[in-house]
Amino acid sequence: MDTNLLILLVVAIVTVAVVVVVAVMRSRRTKPPAAAAPAVTAPEEGLRSRLARTRTALGDRLGGLLRRGSLDDAFWDELEEVLIAADVGVATSSKVVEAVRKQKPESGDEARRMLEEALIAQMSGRDRSIHLEGKPAIVLVVGVNGTGKTTSVAKIAGLLGESGSTTVLAAADTFRAAADEQLRTWADRVGVEVVSGAPGSDPASVAFDAYRRADEVGADVVMVDTAGRLHSKSNLMDELGKVARVLRREAGAIGEVLLVLDGTTGQNGIGQARSFTDAVGVTGIVLTKLDGTARGGVAIAVEQELDVPVKYIGVGEGLHDLVPFEPRAFVEALLEP
Amino acid sequence: MFDSLSDRLNDTFSRLRGKGRLSESDVNDALREVRIALLEADVNVSVVKSMLGRVKERAVGSEVTKSLTPGQQVIKIVHEELITTLGAEEAPLVRPAAPPLVILMVGLQGSGKTTTAAKLAKHLKGKGRRPMLVAADLQRPAAIDQLESLGKRIDVPVFVDRKAKAPKLVKAAMKQARSDGANVVIIDTAGRLQVDQALMKELAAMRKVANPDEVLLVLDAMTGQEAVNVANGFLEYTDLTGLVLTKLDGDARGGAAISAREVTGRPIKFVGVGEGIDELDVFYPDRMASRILGMGDVLSLIEKAETIYDEKEAEKAAAKMLDATFNLEDFLEQFQQIKKMGPLQQLVGMLPGAGSALRDVEIDDRQLGRVEAIIRSMTPAERRDPKLINGSRKRRIAKGSGTRPQDVNVLLKQFSETQKMMKAFAGGKSPIPGLNMPGMGRKKKR
Repeated sequence: MDTNLLILLVVAIVTVAVVVVVAVMRSRRTKPPAAAAPAVTAPEEGLRSRLARTRTALGDRLGGLLRRGSLDDAFWDELEEVLIAADVGVATSSKVVEAVRKQKPESGDEARRMLEEALIAQMSGRDRSIHLEGKPAIVLVVGVNGTGKTTSVAKIAGLLGESGSTTVLAAADTFRAAADEQLRTWADRVGVEVVSGAPGSDPASVAFDAYRRADEVGADVVMVDTAGRLHSKSNLMDELGKVARVLRREAGAIGEVLLVLDGTTGQNGIGQARSFTDAVGVTGIVLTKLDGTARGGVAIAVEQELDVPVKYIGVGEGLHDLVPFEPRAFVEALLEP
Repeated sequence: MFDSLSDRLNDTFSRLRGKGRLSESDVNDALREVRIALLEADVNVSVVKSMLGRVKERAVGSEVTKSLTPGQQVIKIVHEELITTLGAEEAPLVRPAAPPLVILMVGLQGSGKTTTAAKLAKHLKGKGRRPMLVAADLQRPAAIDQLESLGKRIDVPVFVDRKAKAPKLVKAAMKQARSDGANVVIIDTAGRLQVDQALMKELAAMRKVANPDEVLLVLDAMTGQEAVNVANGFLEYTDLTGLVLTKLDGDARGGAAISAREVTGRPIKFVGVGEGIDELDVFYPDRMASRILGMGDVLSLIEKAETIYDEKEAEKAAAKMLDATFNLEDFLEQFQQIKKMGPLQQLVGMLPGAGSALRDVEIDDRQLGRVEAIIRSMTPAERRDPKLINGSRKRRIAKGSGTRPQDVNVLLKQFSETQKMMKAFAGGKSPIPGLNMPGMGRKKKR
């Protein structure tokens, strides 16, 4: 029997059944109650050396590969695998390697230089500055669970403070136990005020209150820390959409919507960036946890596919371990043996 | 965007329909696609290599089963190999010679250790054990508060000492557990990078003091190629006994599971499937394998469907569906068949591709019964032609099914919507990437 036909049938009937049941279920449920920024600078020194720690397997492999010298099919396959091993993804990796191959380099070293330039070219020409229009300007921070949103919020607030801007933080993660305390501990370290709501309260109203508070005290920036949420959960994404809507209504515009992406994430990062961009219009990526051996190569594909620039990278647990993203340093760290 | 593996393979094998055995070159063609699929799912490059070697050995010369296309045959072999790699049998927690059972939770920052520790405590409490949680994450601000708050919610004691160093704290906690008569001790540790020597040594020291029966590595299902390094690092310092894969309720394909399993040889004992404290599940290798291949549990679906349908019946129903003459009467009849395949919720979990949108939907059997009751309260003529249903008929149907007229409205509206959807499928949009719809005029060029 034709198995495709069978599957079609089963899928169709199950789909119809589910859709109908859900529609009836929903209808029965009662309605639920209802400025140009100061350029943020951070000590550049130390980044290279910290990223240098990450030069392990990938770099070693690439070094060995390039020393081999003969540029046969196996060489190109392995070069592609070096990129895949850095989470760059199959599609992007083969595209970049193919482009380099077409330039017909004559030695492994030349191929490497071309690869480096090709990758940098992929990431060049994007505006990576932080936009803080409006007073108070709004920075909304979003992402899946456990990527480092709260820590990033605190660090960015710290950087803003050093460049002379005052910040109010909104603890709009009202879901996770003690998220509020976590943000407060950080806020004390960097000396900024936190506005929070009761556990389980509406995150949009916490964001709203924080905005009002920032306005009241004349703060330059209000940063909104939101609960981690998997991008495939439509109800949670709707909730986030509401936070953004409320802020936009209040302030007219949101300065930055930063998506915090875990540097150890693989190809799922692309889906994350896509869903969050659809839901709240992501304007920049914060790529965290690059102080281990993870390469964060998925950022290259994310930039390509969604045209959203990486703005900061996290390279350690200290306050100054969040630094502006620089394509050349990133790519060099990605490839340096 | 990634086309599902079955799609790619069907294309690769479109020339081969009807062939009896898979030749080496057939298999090589197929494996190129399989490689890409596995890499897209974040299975580690070197793990992919060794897996493909094993698949090739099995696939070359194997006979193509009569109900499968050559493409499906290769998928089946890959699927089986994935299951073998993931660990074919269930891996329960060990039973220590003498209580308490001590579990050390380890992992990177943000992988979900604290939440998983609480879930595990709840799970074991439900089995009649007396767990105690130990807040040994002294790094992350408010991690202790988080665990305390979770402990309160599930009514499990949490050992806290905000001043002690981790190894000393663990020692005190063990003593406390013994005097309190706790028979399970779950130690939540700080997230750390496997390359951070100082912190890894601290973890090794904690391990020495606690002498755990289980050391569980908590791994984010979204982890990429790095999963191998993480798993190796923690294996080296803490001699892991098992893995917990978290955030599986997302849409990550979860290749990290394969990578970590393969390099450590340790079984995956639990998976985190939601934010609720109940949402911890034991690990099913077959589901994971299907997920990594991005195909839903199509094979089990086929097997089940084959037991209830004969070919003619299936063709007739499919044809009706495609030209949108599929009415409520057909639906009721087909649905009785489908129900024999298992609970609807379970079937939804097996749907490939397009079905994933439905996966988060909770299906309440009572609601399902209600829908059936509404349809059954219609006359056959009404089922064939819902336009007949006017206000008074609507009230009669509602009364007969114990529902409200609004419910009847919603059902009729929704059914006509889905009918339109079916028509769209017939117009060439397959509901499932990877299936060539019979007689649907859809030919994909590559």
